[in-house]
Amino acid sequence: MAFKAKIRVTLRPSILDVQGKASQHALENLGYSSVSSVRIGKYMEVIIDEQSSADAERVATEICQKLLSNPVMEDFTFELDPVN
Amino acid sequence: MADLNVGVVVFPGSNCDHDTEYAVASFPGVRPVMLWHNEHDLKGCDAIILPGGFSYGDYLRCGSIARFSPIMREVIDFAGQGRPVLGICNGFQVLVESGLLEGALIRNAGRKFICRQSTISVVNNSTIFTGRYEKGEVLRVPVAHGEGNYYASTETIDSLESNGQVVFRYTDADGNATAEANFNGSLNSIAGIVNRQGNVLGLMPHPERASEERLGSGDGRRLFESLFAHLAGA
Repeated sequence: MAFKAKIRVTLRPSILDVQGKASQHALENLGYSSVSSVRIGKYMEVIIDEQSSADAERVATEICQKLLSNPVMEDFTFELDPVN
Repeated sequence: MADLNVGVVVFPGSNCDHDTEYAVASFPGVRPVMLWHNEHDLKGCDAIILPGGFSYGDYLRCGSIARFSPIMREVIDFAGQGRPVLGICNGFQVLVESGLLEGALIRNAGRKFICRQSTISVVNNSTIFTGRYEKGEVLRVPVAHGEGNYYASTETIDSLESNGQVVFRYTDADGNATAEANFNGSLNSIAGIVNRQGNVLGLMPHPERASEERLGSGDGRRLFESLFAHLAGA
């Protein structure tokens, strides 16, 4: 079976996101004064071939911890969907 | 100086490897050995240098892909044996990604890539990399990075400070750690740290680009000299 992991990696809340801040300022200049915060993260789609969703979840967690995010500065979440 | 072999790791995207090779080769009796990222053998080197550049295009996070290249397994073992490893700029980023040094290097606070001469102070001169400097000495060493903003948890910063692991700090020419001198926003103005054992140093400034006066500054030279003298038992 194959699963698609939709992974989101975001900077930890304690870390100033300079890209997000610059984008928020640009939106402010465009007249969107109600946009009070922008934070930019990464979205990744990973196809995992495993027998069960539990196995796929284990692999997704491991790859997020080992490579796809850096726990010093980032958090991650993911959803798993079966693919045909 | 005694017969030494110093490995310079070359990742795809390294661009200070030859500058580092040049600086290392300028010491009599010291031979640079270029080590390709796909190799599994450190070829009997006495020290390893991870040079600056943009390994693997800085994809994902700076240094994150290089950390899993075959040669890094050997470098991590080598460091674990207490042998010297120096990471400069992107090499420092590889060292934090590989867990050989604590913390992370995030986007510069001012968002810009900064390429300029910087002034740093020697905070700890009792490491094997800084023995030939005076404590508190101010050095002129260039920087060139977009992600050099040192970040770590408060507990980590406290332990780095109390264990003397902060080796270099961005300061003004008088040695004051002002906000202005800390151009990339690093916590505690940290420019370089060593691991607890003292055998792994990472720093953002480029000592190899300040290895002789005609390059604009020769202040980086003694970093290499300190290490080579230590290895030669001098």
